[in-house]
Amino acid sequence: MANTKSIISALFDDDDVLLKSIKSIREKGHKIREVYTPFPVHGLDHELGLERTRMAITAFIYGVLGLGVAMTLTYYTMIYDWPQNIGGKPSMTWWKNMPAFVPVLFEMTVFFAAHLMVWTYFVRNDMYPGRKAMNPDPRTTDDMFMMEIECSGDEELLRNLLKEVGAVEINLVSKADEAEALAEA
Amino acid sequence: MYQFPAKLKTISYALIGIGLAALLYGFFAGGADAGHGHGHDNRPWASLLINNFFFLGISLGALFFLAVQYAANVGWSAGILRILEGITSFLPVAGGIMLVIVLASMFHLNHLYHWTAEGIMDPESEHFDSIIHGKKAFLNPLFFILRSVIYIIGWAYAAIVLRKLSLQGDRGTDLTWYNKSIKTSAIFLVFFAVTSSMAAWDWIMSIDTHWFSTLFGWYVFAGIFVSSVTTTALIAIHLKNKGHLPWLNDSHIHDLGKFMFAFSIFWTYLWFSQFMLIWYSNIPEEVTYYMPRFGEFKGLFITMLVMNFIFPLLILMSRDSKRNFGFLSFMGAVMIVGHWLNVYIMVTPGTVGLDWSIGFVEIGTFLGYVGLFIWVVFKRLAAVPLLIQHHPMNKESEHFHI
Repeated sequence: MANTKSIISALFDDDDVLLKSIKSIREKGHKIREVYTPFPVHGLDHELGLERTRMAITAFIYGVLGLGVAMTLTYYTMIYDWPQNIGGKPSMTWWKNMPAFVPVLFEMTVFFAAHLMVWTYFVRNDMYPGRKAMNPDPRTTDDMFMMEIECSGDEELLRNLLKEVGAVEINLVSKADEAEALAEA
Repeated sequence: MYQFPAKLKTISYALIGIGLAALLYGFFAGGADAGHGHGHDNRPWASLLINNFFFLGISLGALFFLAVQYAANVGWSAGILRILEGITSFLPVAGGIMLVIVLASMFHLNHLYHWTAEGIMDPESEHFDSIIHGKKAFLNPLFFILRSVIYIIGWAYAAIVLRKLSLQGDRGTDLTWYNKSIKTSAIFLVFFAVTSSMAAWDWIMSIDTHWFSTLFGWYVFAGIFVSSVTTTALIAIHLKNKGHLPWLNDSHIHDLGKFMFAFSIFWTYLWFSQFMLIWYSNIPEEVTYYMPRFGEFKGLFITMLVMNFIFPLLILMSRDSKRNFGFLSFMGAVMIVGHWLNVYIMVTPGTVGLDWSIGFVEIGTFLGYVGLFIWVVFKRLAAVPLLIQHHPMNKESEHFHI
């Protein structure tokens, strides 16, 4: 069993210990698949070497989309389909009446950016109504931090390393278990 | 300990020289030829008012920011408080010149304020204006001077007290000074909330005496605050690049960048709120304010809006640009010029009018003020360590990470 790829879960009871351990584990070439924490740990994503979220880019695109929808809406309803005399200035052009539309433009931009970001977040995280929780250990919703590591190389060495860096409990998650967990979900 | 670099000192002297030359030229050479109206005579005074108000605003905004840091117990900013204190040291200087301008206006050495014109409050006179006469209870020379004195003394006093208290923070770990700073700041903020608006009505809005806007004070405040946060960021970046602020990291600069971005939007929001209601209701006595600004001054007006809104919106939106010192400095310079133009457009149509131009007098005075500002502020920065030695939040500020 020594050289096959196996998955080890390590539990920690302190977020500082967890953060510090990540560096030494990653240095040894092990891949950390996932970390479960009861609260957001500052600096965790940086230590794990995760890519920065691209949510900001989507937010910008959604905002521009919202702006476009609002421009179309105000043009169609107020200028094209039923021309309106706005503020006693019947110019009948979109551009000259633009100040009156700014609140609409602003609100639609914010509305699109905010709502579509929420849905993007749900989709990217595989969250939908009725989804079962993927949490392997309920203690991580209370006072424990769990790390799942893909062991490359000697499993015993990894276990020793984990003990050294302060893990309080170390378990082997077999591949069969993993498959079952996925099937259940 | 930071030393005022000799090179920077030379630059500041040179700039002060240019400023003095511009003012002398404006007052004596420019106004010599006869046959011009009030607008022409007002030009050097208007230039002085614009620049003085702009730099007074920068130091006042820094004082406001400093007071907010104490009143809200802010941790991250502990490393930049001395920079803010340095900027507030310009407040008594600009405040003194402001009083000179106010007194000169009240004693008819210039005609910046239309309501001081001869006979305008006198029903017998042919210049009588009943609308302005109706504002006599507020707009009369004595009350005007009194108010200006109260604002400036109040602000300068708060700046001096906060500085004195912070110097005690260099001496020992006793935190009495910190608690006193919180109290002083809270009292100052209440005073500032009222006086910043009133000063904007008095010094700027009363130029266009017939016109009034209820959110003018806020609008001016937003401009002041953007300018001073930008100035703080520029000075912090300069000192950091020279290696004087090892306790500041990218996150501090990023946060200052966020303030620049956010308050640019806030400024635009107030600008637009003021404009749209007037544009929509289309009442003659209100739209008069925007007629010259969308007529004679249209080019400047639109340029100013682009510099103060579109530029910061598009460029400072991304995280990376707020963490890039070069980018942020460039944007800072654009925004400083943009907000200077904003003050220019608030003052000029009502004082100089059709005789306007941006020439040696305006630009020279601006450069002179930059020089004076650098000289006063950096002298103050070099007087004491750039970090309050025993500020209770130093550790938190040092580890600040976003």
